[in-house]
Amino acid sequence: MNRKAKFIGGGLVIVAALAYLIYAGVSQSVVYFVTPSELGAAPVAGKSYRLGGMVMPGTLKWDAKSLDLRFTLSDGQASVPVRHRGTPPDLFAESRGAVVEGTWSHDGYFQATTILAKHSEEYKAPHDQNQAGYKELLKTLKGSEGRP
Amino acid sequence: MTPEVGYAATVAALILAVYGSGAAALSAVKGRADLRRSSERAAVGVWLLVMTCMALLIYAFLTFDFSVRYVAGNTNLGTPFYYRITAVWGALEGSIILWAFMLSIYTLIVMARYRRTQPQLYPWVLAVMLGISAFFLLVMAIPAPPFERLSPIPADGRGLNPLLEDSGMITHPVALYLGFTGFTVPFAFAMAALIIGRTGDEWITITRRWTIVAWYFLSLGLLIGGWWSYHVLGWGGYWAWDPVENAAFMPWLTGTAFLHSVMIQERRRMLKLWNLTLIILTFSLTLFGTFLTRSGIIGSVHAFSQGSVGQFFLGFLALIVLGAFSLLAWRLERLHAQGELDSIVSRESAFLLNNLFLVAAAFTVFFGTVFPLLSEAVKGQKVSVGAAFFNLVNIPIFLALIFLMGVGPLIAWRRASAENLRRNFLTPVAIGIAAAAVCRVAGVANALVLLCLALVVFVAATIALDFARAARARRRTGDGWLDATWGLALRQNRRYGGFVVHLGILVVALGVAGSQAWSTQTEATLNRGESMELAGYTIRFDGLQGVEESNHAKVVGTFTVSDRKGPYTVLTPAKKFYPQEQTPIAAVDYRLGFMEDLYLVLGEFARDGSHATIKIQVNRMVSWLWIGGFLLTLGAALAIVPEPRRTPAVARAGQTAAA
Repeated sequence: MNRKAKFIGGGLVIVAALAYLIYAGVSQSVVYFVTPSELGAAPVAGKSYRLGGMVMPGTLKWDAKSLDLRFTLSDGQASVPVRHRGTPPDLFAESRGAVVEGTWSHDGYFQATTILAKHSEEYKAPHDQNQAGYKELLKTLKGSEGRP
Repeated sequence: MTPEVGYAATVAALILAVYGSGAAALSAVKGRADLRRSSERAAVGVWLLVMTCMALLIYAFLTFDFSVRYVAGNTNLGTPFYYRITAVWGALEGSIILWAFMLSIYTLIVMARYRRTQPQLYPWVLAVMLGISAFFLLVMAIPAPPFERLSPIPADGRGLNPLLEDSGMITHPVALYLGFTGFTVPFAFAMAALIIGRTGDEWITITRRWTIVAWYFLSLGLLIGGWWSYHVLGWGGYWAWDPVENAAFMPWLTGTAFLHSVMIQERRRMLKLWNLTLIILTFSLTLFGTFLTRSGIIGSVHAFSQGSVGQFFLGFLALIVLGAFSLLAWRLERLHAQGELDSIVSRESAFLLNNLFLVAAAFTVFFGTVFPLLSEAVKGQKVSVGAAFFNLVNIPIFLALIFLMGVGPLIAWRRASAENLRRNFLTPVAIGIAAAAVCRVAGVANALVLLCLALVVFVAATIALDFARAARARRRTGDGWLDATWGLALRQNRRYGGFVVHLGILVVALGVAGSQAWSTQTEATLNRGESMELAGYTIRFDGLQGVEESNHAKVVGTFTVSDRKGPYTVLTPAKKFYPQEQTPIAAVDYRLGFMEDLYLVLGEFARDGSHATIKIQVNRMVSWLWIGGFLLTLGAALAIVPEPRRTPAVARAGQTAAA
């Protein structure tokens, strides 16, 4: 029986270690999904959030040189200023939905590490005005082609 | 016509599969050979009909038959020829056909191979496999019909998801589904063994090679998936702990555990209950993965269509789990172990630990994946755990597994003496520590990398030691070195195939450790003609160019790269604009290298081409993943090859031919 007890004891130690690993993993990496009003009500600096809202018209500023991106996310009731360093994703624009991940900074803004622009769910028919858009884009690019 | 013919074939196949499954079961109960033959004909019929569906769908794609909704939704007139074929399994409906098709092929092979040799197990195996086929055909008939008619017929289709226009999409789904469906075979044998009450070692011996086949394809699918993620998705990584990846990874983990624990059953007649549980778990997890990704209950980067498919899968999953575990409970008294554990320091316990850790890894992946659901149900809080959770929890588990990989194959069965431990492990441990020390002196500061390195070198040394001893033993009998090596690999291909797989995993582990620790990246906006530097590379922006392709337009940036030695390469990352998509799609460009890859993603740009923003990554040791992956699949293939019969004369002739 002694041997069996040893095996069970060893197994328990391992299971306990795993449980602790999972507990530590969750508490270190949990991300809370919040809306701007929920975040505005009780922001905790340093906690990880995933914040979803609409990019307020007139608040989007991006500086290509420094890659500094600033905008305000709103859910109609509250708004949260957001800062990010990097290129805005392709679908990202004013008056569109966006989801950002990051932390609340001590200086009163949301520091985003990732930005996810929201795809609209609606089906988009091919051959609409969108195509005219990229034809025009092609034209300008062909005109500008050149090497220094 | 095509929609109607296809749908008719689907329904006919469904009816045949249900009939065949019932007939096979009845033939086993009543012992009627005529019913068994009839069920076999039904299985052949199912295969023919599913193949017809597959051929019809391919034909519909090739001829742009937009009267089929699925074709119209996944292709358009501009889709190139070969992507029209891969588009067949580009979305849900087609992938279910692919699944059913592969299952029908596996069923035929099992039939051809075991109808004479396993008269008792075989009818039940056939019944189970046809029953599972019937489920997939049911999905094809009701919730996800690939042949649904679209009217009015549109002039052009919507087009294939541009991310799927990649050569990886030819092989990735095929390999993945061959892996998933492959686990049906051992599962069916396990169920058959439970039903007839022969729960001994027979089903394990029969199915071990099948399990390696399934494991081989699943590994291949995961690797190709990683490669696709790396070179198409443009975020510079190969694994994101996305629910879809996790869904494929969980059965891989439990399948790996199963491959190891069957050795204990073969050798010591223990762990019977455990092995049955593992194979049920593995098979259930292949279904769970599909449920998870198709039901839309968990958000994923892989945007899949949703619908009632999730409920069908959930229902079937519940049926399988309940049915299989009820059978297990019914036969519980026959599943007692005939052997028992003698000592903690033994091969048995090394394998037990290996199983414990693999299942624990699968559990943590499961837990992290469904955590958002749990949290919302229990606390009403919307949360998720990101990649950080999976990394934190799994790194210690995988390091422990690597350690066991060195211990398991060499430690003595039953009880390892101090002499056995010293003889097998003293040198490898010393080499491992020495290697880490050398790297520390050479400037490697990351503690985790050093630990991983020490473990990897330790395991590699145990493998080398074992191989050298065996080869020396064979050489003593008169073979040359080359003959001895070849002979070993061929004669004990399961053991040495396993070692090659282990070596592959070691290389992958180093690749993961290195890429996580040493990769670096930056983002910058460059004016035309301007240069920037990262990690010894100088990257100059030379301009933008518009290009028109058959189904999209793209803007290509030209970047001239030089390294410390001079001109290195020209990279041309692009942005593709598909008319049917709202978003442009980044096409990365890269230069792969043994120690590091240079990886460029084009971001925002000025329309006049005066400046552009790029993301530059120097990803270290990512190539080791592909090299290790190649070794791993090679090893698995070696283990699949049947072992030659041990008649000396034949063996000798074989060796001469091989040399």
